Formats: sequence, C-alpha cells, structure tokens
Amino acid sequence: MKSGGPFPLFTSATVSSVSDMATAARFLLRRANSKLALTGVATGSHGSLGATLLKVSPIFSSWTETQRRHAAHFTYHPDPVPTQYGPTQKMNLFQSVTSALDNTLASDPTAVIFGEDVAFGGVFRCTVGLRDKYGKDRVFNTPLCEQGIVGFGIGVAVAGATAIAEIQFADYIFPAFDQIVNEAAKYRYRSGNLFDCGNLTIRAPWGCVGHGSLYHSQSPEAFFAHCPGLKVVIPRGPVQAKGLLLSCIADNNPCIFFEPKILYRAAVEQVPVELYTIPLSQAEVLQEGSDITLVAWGTQIHVMREVADMAQEKLGVSCEVIDLQTILPWDIEAVCKSVVKTGRLLVSHEAPITGGFAAEISSTVQEECFLNLEAPIARVCGYDTPFPHIFEPFYIPDKWKCFDAIKRMINY
Amino acid sequence: MFLLVEERGVRKLAVIEIRAMHRQQPFDSSLEKPQFPGASAEFVDQLEFIQPNVISGIPVYRVMDRQGNIINPSQDPQLSKETVLNFYQTMTLLNTMDRILYESQRQGRISFYMTNYGEEGTHIGSAAALDPNDLVFGQYREAGVLMYRGFPLDLFMAQCYANADDLGKGRQMPVHYGSKDLNFVTISSPLATQIPQAAGAAYAVKRENKNRAVICYFGEGAASEGDAHAGFNFSATLECPLIFFCRNNGYAISTPTNEQYRGDGIAARGPGYGMLSIRVDGNDVFAVYNATKEARRRAVAENQPFLIEAMTYRIGHHSTSDDSSAYRSVDEVNYWDKQDHPISRLRHYMMARDWWSEDDERSWRKQSRKTVMEAFERAERRLKPNPELLFTDVYQEMTPSLDKQRQALWRHVQQYKEHYPLDLYDK
Repeated sequence: MKSGGPFPLFTSATVSSVSDMATAARFLLRRANSKLALTGVATGSHGSLGATLLKVSPIFSSWTETQRRHAAHFTYHPDPVPTQYGPTQKMNLFQSVTSALDNTLASDPTAVIFGEDVAFGGVFRCTVGLRDKYGKDRVFNTPLCEQGIVGFGIGVAVAGATAIAEIQFADYIFPAFDQIVNEAAKYRYRSGNLFDCGNLTIRAPWGCVGHGSLYHSQSPEAFFAHCPGLKVVIPRGPVQAKGLLLSCIADNNPCIFFEPKILYRAAVEQVPVELYTIPLSQAEVLQEGSDITLVAWGTQIHVMREVADMAQEKLGVSCEVIDLQTILPWDIEAVCKSVVKTGRLLVSHEAPITGGFAAEISSTVQEECFLNLEAPIARVCGYDTPFPHIFEPFYIPDKWKCFDAIKRMINY
Repeated sequence: MFLLVEERGVRKLAVIEIRAMHRQQPFDSSLEKPQFPGASAEFVDQLEFIQPNVISGIPVYRVMDRQGNIINPSQDPQLSKETVLNFYQTMTLLNTMDRILYESQRQGRISFYMTNYGEEGTHIGSAAALDPNDLVFGQYREAGVLMYRGFPLDLFMAQCYANADDLGKGRQMPVHYGSKDLNFVTISSPLATQIPQAAGAAYAVKRENKNRAVICYFGEGAASEGDAHAGFNFSATLECPLIFFCRNNGYAISTPTNEQYRGDGIAARGPGYGMLSIRVDGNDVFAVYNATKEARRRAVAENQPFLIEAMTYRIGHHSTSDDSSAYRSVDEVNYWDKQDHPISRLRHYMMARDWWSEDDERSWRKQSRKTVMEAFERAERRLKPNPELLFTDVYQEMTPSLDKQRQALWRHVQQYKEHYPLDLYDK
C-alpha cells in the first residue's frame, strides 16, 4: 500500500517559495536526485507527470492570499554537538538514518534492508548508496505488500540474521498489524524462548508533514503501545535518530522505529560518523524546570521547547521538557521523578487524544504521584478525527494550544 | 503466461515447468512486439479470455495404488526395508498418540487437541525427504514431521499437558509444538502467518550458503489468507530455497473447498507466481516423498520456491471443539478411513514384500500403545511450570514495570493463596 497518485511527498516543512516548489516537482518526478530539467519535463503535454506540472505552474503567476501555505508549526532546535563519539558530520535526519544503516551493514554481515523502493535509495532518500556499497542481496526491493514485508522480516530474524524492514509510511503499517502484534511481539514468549525475532527492526516515516492528510500523517504508536513484546521508539532529531536506531537494531527484541518525516530534511545538526547507541527506555530531560513538566516525543518536542520559552517569557513559568524517546517500554521513573518535583504535567502528542499514549502516561503518573500533583494532568493532542488535509493547522496540538493549557494549569 | 504443462502422463512427475523465469524484457523500440515492461508476450488480434481449467485439473501424482502396488517401477523410490518400517511405525505411533490424546481431551484431562487422521502420509513422506537441518514452519496438523525427526513422546505430552517439562513453558494451547534442536519452528494459531516468515527464513538461509532449505506447511483454507499470497510472491521474486507444502484435505473446519476457492485447487496458483508446482496423492507416502525430495534438491540448487499440493482427506474432526458430522456425511469419512488411508496403503506395500505380518501388526500396536500410555501417565503426574514463567520471555530481559507486576502477583497470591491452585505448580 502506498500513495496511489502523484502525491507531493516532498519533505520540506514549508512550500512557500519557487525553489521549494521545484523540490516538490522533483519529488513528483519521483526522486529528488533527478537531474532532469524541470522545464523540459513540464513541456511534455502527453505524460501524466507533465500534465500535473502544467496544472501547478499557473500558481506561480497568480499567487493569491488564499494560496499561501501555512508556515511550519515548529522551529527545529539542533542538539549540542556530541563530543563523546568521535568525529561528527553535518547531517539531516534522513542522512543520519542512512549513516546508521551504513554502520550496521558494515559491521554485521547478516544484516539486510528491504521494503518498497529501498533499492534506489527510498522515497525519502534514507537508503541512498547502500545497495551500491553492500550489494543487491543486502539492500533490496520487495513486492508491494506490508504483511509480506513484516512476515518476511520475522523469518529472516528467526533464522538468525539481522532484518531491517521499511514500511513506506507509518499509515501503511496496519496491513502488517497481525504479523507485528500476533507474531513478532509474541515469538519469544510463546516458544518458551526457543525461537525469537529479536533481530527485527521495522522503520517507518511518521507524523504530520503539513499536507499529508489522512494517510501520510498518522502517528500510530498507541496502537502498538498496547502490545507486550514490542519496543516502540521515536527520535526528535538526527543525533537521536542514529543512536536510537542503532540501539533498536542491536536490541534483542522486535523494535518499531518511527521517523518524523517532517524532520527528514528540516532537522540538521552535527552527527557522529561512527557507530554509537542511545539507550532505549530512557527519557531525556532536555531542559530543567521547576513549575511544570512537559512530556512529548518526535517533532512535538520542538513545539514543547518553544512553549517552554513562551511560558517563561510571558508567564514566568519554569518548564521541565522531557523527550520520552521510547514509547514502549517507557521510562516511568524519569517522568514521575520530574512530576514529583514540579507538581504539574502536560503531555502532548499529534495522535488523537482518545486511547493515545498520553492517557497511559497520565494515569500512571496520577497513580504514582497523587500526593504531588497540584493540578489535573493536561493532555494536548490531536482531535478524535482522521487527520485532515486543508485543516491541518487547526488540527495539530500547536504551541498556542499547549501554551494555553499551561496557563490554565498554572492558574488552577 | 509462459507455462507448459508437461504431458508426461499421470504416472510421471506432473510438474508444471516454467520455461523461462520472468525477467523484465530489455526495452527495444525497433521490435514490432509488445514493449510493455510488465510482461513478455506477443500481440493477438482476436478477443479471447483465458479459461481456467478446473474440470481437468493438474493431475495427481501417485507412485502406488490403493493396494500398495507400485504403478510405475521407474518411480519407485526403492527405499530400504528399514526406512519403510520406520515410515510405517512413525505413522502408526502418531495415530496411536492421536487416539489417546483425543480421548484424554474427551475426558477433560487436556483442554484441547487436534488429530492427524488421514494425513500421516503427508507428514512422514515429506519429512523423510528433507535434511534434518532444513527449517520447518508448520500450521498445526504436522505433528508427524516432528515425530519423524525424533521428538520424544514425553515432550509431545508435556506440551499438551503444559507441564513443567514443556519446552514452551506451558504458555500455548495444546498441539502448538516447537523444537529448536529439531529445527521445527514453534506453531502459532493465526493461520498462514508462517508463510511469509518461511520466505524470510529461506532468504536468510540462502545467504548463509550452507545447503539448507526451508519447508512451510499449511492447509488449503489457510491458503486463502493474504499472508499466503505474500509468501508465494516474495519467495518467487526474492528467489528463496523454499518448499510450500499444502495439505488440501477438503475442509477448513466446516467450509468445503468449493466455498474456499473456484480455481483448480492450490497447485494451480503456483504458476501464477512463477513457481514450479505439483499435485500429489497425499495418501501415498512414496509420492509425497518423491515430490518433496526433488523439490528440495532443486530448491537448494536453483534458489527458487516449489509448491506441492498434497491431496488428502481430513478423517478426524477439525479439532476437539468440533463435531464434523454437522457438515459432512459419515459415509464420506468412512470411505477415506477404510478404503484409502495412507497407513493401510503402506501396510499393503509392506505385506506384499513380507516385511510385515499380522503378528508384527498386533505386537507393534500393543507396544506402541504401551509406550504412549507410559508417556501419557508421566506427563499427567508432572506439576505445571512455576507461575513465575508467566512473566519471562515477553522481552529478552525483564522490564522494570513487568518486574513490578510480577512482584505484585506474588504479594497478592501470598495473601489469597487459598483461592489459587498453587499446589499444582512447580515451586
């Protein structure tokens, strides 16, 4: 399953300039490294690609106020340059994923990477160059079938090799839900540890992207959080992406690694070139504070950092910002320790509120920190609707919604 | 399609050969032929739909007739007396175990059971044609494969009784066997999930380059699952040394095959995936053996999947939770049980060679029953595993929150011990 038509799957956070539109058009041509001249293709009037571009081109001249695209809902905060893992290189998130995969293929001769369109480099460029470097038996396309991809990956892992499967969008992981929930997650337990698929890692682009609508925006982590046996991990930027992905690959349990696709190109920072790991099931306190704890993961972390600044500036409120990083099994201790100190908790995620992972965090903290809580725990999440197209700016739990929640909690 | 049914008659291996593996044809605009990348074919100027051939389907390969006579000497696998006796004794031992465990479920001593009646030949014939290192993925009605590989009766019983000897630590329902030592991947209930997994394992095995193959068993009902489609297609495109072994026994619980599919069974689907395919008489252990042997040889040599559809009949109920008289006639069942059974056919073969006598039969029945009963009684006396094992192996490591739940259970049980069956469990 993947997008059916010529869908603008480009990953820049905004499309408000001609150069970004060109990026989009290149993506329509299916692959950003294409050297085809944009105009040359656009003059072809027979092919569907040319027709699409012709439809787009009038917008350049009649750019009206109603056509203005909404700006990014977050500002990326690069991490400090890591010093403990050797030399670093400037990478965006997709490049740091490639770097992690490169390190893995180099160090583990059994490791294989497969999925839809990974051979030419992937629709998000995460596997560029790996097939040339490591061979077509190690980086290969599969037929277009998610249940097959995950089932196949389980089998590779059961036979003792390292399997890194890609699902093209997290939205399309559901056909593999049975293989993930009934099979991968339960393999070790049901066999009494005779067999396991701990060498399996499933990577998938995740989260909103500005215009991804129902099936290129979803955040399905809570569906998997209800499944013992799995690990679910989401990084906030390139340094975490590489370190956490390498931990997932090394971990002896089946892991799902969700990559915030809006950050693939937008997030750029210095990333260690060599192999390093960031431990799973450990949250990271990004900013210490004393009045309220803010918990999020993925892109939403950057929203939270901005909200923390706003709260300090406008309300004089000191926020502690925590990146959960691992959804399952999650770091209860780190979150509770923070709430014991601050007495207030706000959890925010893009996914819908009902049954979202914030509910789990909220009820656990309520149980563990009852005597310390000074206000009801707030959840600022997506609404209980499918993820909409043109209404995305109103749907997402942006900084203003989070800021308002803090204001109400402080005044409680 | 570029397939050819080789017309070598029913008495020879009726393999559907694929003349050329599909490779996307090179683009050449100078040729008049079709240039579509998706298929290699000629143009045709008459409108004609391709007809499925379901009336005269893929023939059923057989080596011996119902009286155990070899039909075509060139197809006789010429197995030694010792080997054939082992086939027979394994099939009948499985049958004896089935009868005793089926009864034990009827008496409420185990919670569930599924017999293998009528399909013993498919298990033993195929298992014998494999290398012991070949990895087996099964559905649930392939206990004979494990038995052929030497899985002890005590461990079959331990699994069904979920006692402290069970390698699976008592976590799964009965008949969900598994053995790491015997390369038999633990059975799970969701149907067909093992099919794409087998493809992945075969791919990994191919990269290991150690002359191993993978076999994957499933019923004709499971073949309707999406995972079957996934596994067939992946194994063909990724060139996996894998044997798909379909047990077509006519029923998926109560659903007859005419409600399961409208094509020519499962074998006819193989060529559509670019897979070499054959249909065999599943009640003929030699036909099953020959087909598996050849498929195994070629799968490993050529890195491509093979599909074997073994036609058979599910003589027993689907499971102990099913009464099959609700949807099929007793006459039908009796025909297969009395007139065309894999065990009686092999017995005819052995008796015609004086390898087996009525006396041998009597004493073997007695001996096998005794062996099974002894294992049965040992299993029944054994305690259940320590309840601690409820919490381990969820992850490789015990997570802090799971450890907390474990401790909470123990605290609770200490306080309310009279309400829990602690004395039945290992301490």
